[in-house]
Amino acid sequence: MKIAIASGKGGTGKTTLSTNLASYLSENNKVVLCDLDVEEPNSALFLKTEIIHQEKKYKGIPEWNKNTCTLCGNCQEVCNYHAVIQLGDTIMVFPELCHSCYACSDLCPTNSLPMINNETGTLTHFKTNTFDFVESRLKIGEEQAVPLIKQTLKYIDNNFSDEFHKIYDSPPGTSCPVIESTKNADFVILITEPTPFGFNDVKIAIETMKALNKNFGIVINRYGVGNDDVINYCKKNNIPVLAKIPNKKEIAELYSKGELLWNKIPEVKTELENIKNFIFSNIKN
Amino acid sequence: MKEIVVISGKGGTGKTSITASFAVLAGKSAVIADCDVDAADMHILLDPNNLKTEDFFSGELAIIDENICTQCGKCFDVCRFDAVEIIENKHTINKISCEGCGYCARVCPVNAITNIPLNVGKWFIANTRHQQPLVHAKLGIGSDNSGKLVAHVKNMAKEIADQYNRPYVIVDGSPGVGCPVVSSLSGANYVVLVTEPTVSGLHDLKRVYELVKKFHIKAGCIINKFDLNSQKTTEIIEFLENESIEHLGNLPYNEAFTKAMTECKTIVEFDSGEITNIITKVWEKVKTTLT
Ligand code: SF4
Ligand code: SF4
Ligand code: SF4
Ligand code: SF4
Repeated sequence: MKIAIASGKGGTGKTTLSTNLASYLSENNKVVLCDLDVEEPNSALFLKTEIIHQEKKYKGIPEWNKNTCTLCGNCQEVCNYHAVIQLGDTIMVFPELCHSCYACSDLCPTNSLPMINNETGTLTHFKTNTFDFVESRLKIGEEQAVPLIKQTLKYIDNNFSDEFHKIYDSPPGTSCPVIESTKNADFVILITEPTPFGFNDVKIAIETMKALNKNFGIVINRYGVGNDDVINYCKKNNIPVLAKIPNKKEIAELYSKGELLWNKIPEVKTELENIKNFIFSNIKN
Repeated sequence: MKEIVVISGKGGTGKTSITASFAVLAGKSAVIADCDVDAADMHILLDPNNLKTEDFFSGELAIIDENICTQCGKCFDVCRFDAVEIIENKHTINKISCEGCGYCARVCPVNAITNIPLNVGKWFIANTRHQQPLVHAKLGIGSDNSGKLVAHVKNMAKEIADQYNRPYVIVDGSPGVGCPVVSSLSGANYVVLVTEPTVSGLHDLKRVYELVKKFHIKAGCIINKFDLNSQKTTEIIEFLENESIEHLGNLPYNEAFTKAMTECKTIVEFDSGEITNIITKVWEKVKTTLT
């Protein structure tokens, strides 16, 4: 089963839930946790891990061969992202802007723009005592997160059978990187806070999941602060609220130190159990 | 005119609450830009009156005219994004996967493919309850190009500031280290980093600062909830010293932030004590650094 954990806005407890749920489920199940928040991967900070494999990830970008180029201008013409530009008698490539569509390279009449590998980040496969953990980290300066997310998902598919419960810590927001991270999930958990910010952002996340036709539910973090808008909205729209994680300074303190919660705070364990029961009884497989 | 961008790398550190407080403190001297277009929340605190709403188009989407298409399969062969699908023996484009690179249209032998401009969201010019201009936006679901929308929001805010002679543009920046935050940072005069003393707060601060350095922008840092974990606060302060980042101030862990937000107010309007005091001092420091 594939479970994605997402949120409309950052800092609502996505990583807390992902790491704790993975650890909790791994007591009785085969689990792999995958940190797809490649811009700010944080899951590793909460886990005791050992690296078992690491690889650099690349995207293809064109490299100009000045000796064969006839300066026909076709490459600049076909690039929709202005990632290749003709300046006088030079062709310049801007790797951060390139989407690796291959158009300039394939359509160059003299094959003067062969695609080469450009590093976008690093994928690391770790083991904890009870489960596997894979993270990818975007190189600073690289602007496109989606290609790295796709490659990471491929790594998971190639290395872990369907026996595994796969938990994806997704990037925040509702744009491309989130769509990529959630589109193959069997179930999406949206985590939010019961505040006006949380409410505003989760409504957008809910619309997104509906548009993607996803099976999803809500987890409320820092329950007890703010107001009941989120809960009332879910009730009215028949959206299941799977769990309510209480607002406690103790939780914030454990989090600040990078510690897991479920084995120290009984209420958190109960809430994880609620999540597990809901998902396992609603999703067959 | 000076542009101040507030960012945090990690979400949930209080970035928007602090930016909105700066906005209130700056009053009529500032134009506000909400560049967190993915999770735009500034309007909740500033209660704007939208004066102008416009669609934002960026990028393209390929569509196939099935009356012209001969099902030759060329588009399927060239698309690198698995966006061309064959459904009931017909080549069709998957809207969510298409990146609008335009390659397929260039190779289609019968010109059956057109690229249509993509509506990626809306942007607004508004007047806040403090009578200051706010430029904000709403990104469409699953849209790419949020970086372009961010750039647009910022440019509009700057234009307004120029026109009406406002000395400051205050920007609520985007999270992460990718394209939207790159657009938020480009052209800024000063960056305010908001962080918290947690393992992830420090980790993300370091990553986002690596990016700030590439832009050679002066930066200052606010540590929110500094009393949550004194060891992490010490580590953050060490990092700030090593990198010569101005330490602008420390804010205590306080539920008043959430309470203010629940009443849709900024913290400086809600609290009349310590917190407002600290934020006011920080704002004064930022202004002094910029003169
Ligand atoms: S398309 Fe090829 S030959 Fe033409 S300008 Fe570009 S690199 Fe040179
Ligand atoms: S591969 Fe595509 S995006 Fe990259 S430079 Fe060439 S045409 Fe532009
Ligand atoms: S425009 Fe590019 S991404 Fe979209 S379908 Fe055509 S080749 Fe694929
Ligand atoms: S390349 Fe043109 S004609 Fe061929 S399948 Fe695609 S749309 Fe149809």
